[in-house]
Amino acid sequence: MSFAFDLLLAAALLWSGGRSLSVDRLDRAIVLFIAFGLLMALAWARLAAPDIGLAEAAIGAGLTGALLLDAYGALKRRKE
Amino acid sequence: MKRFVVGSGALAFAFLLIGALLEPLMEPPSGGVDLRTAVAANMTASGVEHPVTAVLLNFRGYDTLLEIAVLLLALIVILASGIDTASDRPRAVNPILQTLARLAAPLMVVVAVYLLWAGAFRPGGAFQAGAVLAAAAVLLHLTGLLPSWQVPTLTLRWGLTAGFLIFLAVAAGLLTQGALLQYPPAQAGMLILLIEAGLTLSLGLILAGLFLFLSRDPGDDS
Repeated sequence: MSFAFDLLLAAALLWSGGRSLSVDRLDRAIVLFIAFGLLMALAWARLAAPDIGLAEAAIGAGLTGALLLDAYGALKRRKE
Repeated sequence: MKRFVVGSGALAFAFLLIGALLEPLMEPPSGGVDLRTAVAANMTASGVEHPVTAVLLNFRGYDTLLEIAVLLLALIVILASGIDTASDRPRAVNPILQTLARLAAPLMVVVAVYLLWAGAFRPGGAFQAGAVLAAAAVLLHLTGLLPSWQVPTLTLRWGLTAGFLIFLAVAAGLLTQGALLQYPPAQAGMLILLIEAGLTLSLGLILAGLFLFLSRDPGDDS
């Protein structure tokens, strides 16, 4: 059961990482990047490193994602 | 044709790089040190019960000192690269979101303090606590309850540098111990908690500052 979960997690990580690089719309790429960060936090938790998982969820997914979304908003405003 | 040459060149380089990276993994390094036994043997002298915190704040405290210095430097560079005074446009925010943020923010502060305290004996610590504090500030800012920071006031500057200064002061005060950041075992727990409290406050402010200084609307002049 846990092996199947790990396999699914690894596949989802690869998929979301690849998609966030290849998708053509910037906003979708950012959302995929945030999802990637959350999956990464889960992976760290599965690897018995909850310290890194916590930091990844808060900094990698949360703060970086918020900064990226903010930068996207600023770019869009400048274009208008 | 040119694209093909460049592409195959890049591919060959990538394979070379992967090979060079994998090579040390294939053969285990001779004379490798198992640091786990070294850490476990010295846990009683570290002042905390969680090995990760012991390594971060005691055995390799120098690294953590440099980490907070680098983060502080990043914020200083952002401030130095110029803040254009801009108007804070009030944005339309869903009142349900505002109420939720008002409820969540105090809880997040409590969670941050818990993470700081729990770092001594279970996963947690200053970086996680600081990140949760920063997330609370960002949440309040995004729901329009906390205006973005225009200029770093004196209080804010002290808050941003407090963690680094406390860490430096402890390091300077312990110079007579022989090695840098070598805590006397009897006071180690207390010193680590003091440093971590300063680090939590400063990290929270620095990480929040990365967002709240940068997220000012550029106004209508651009």
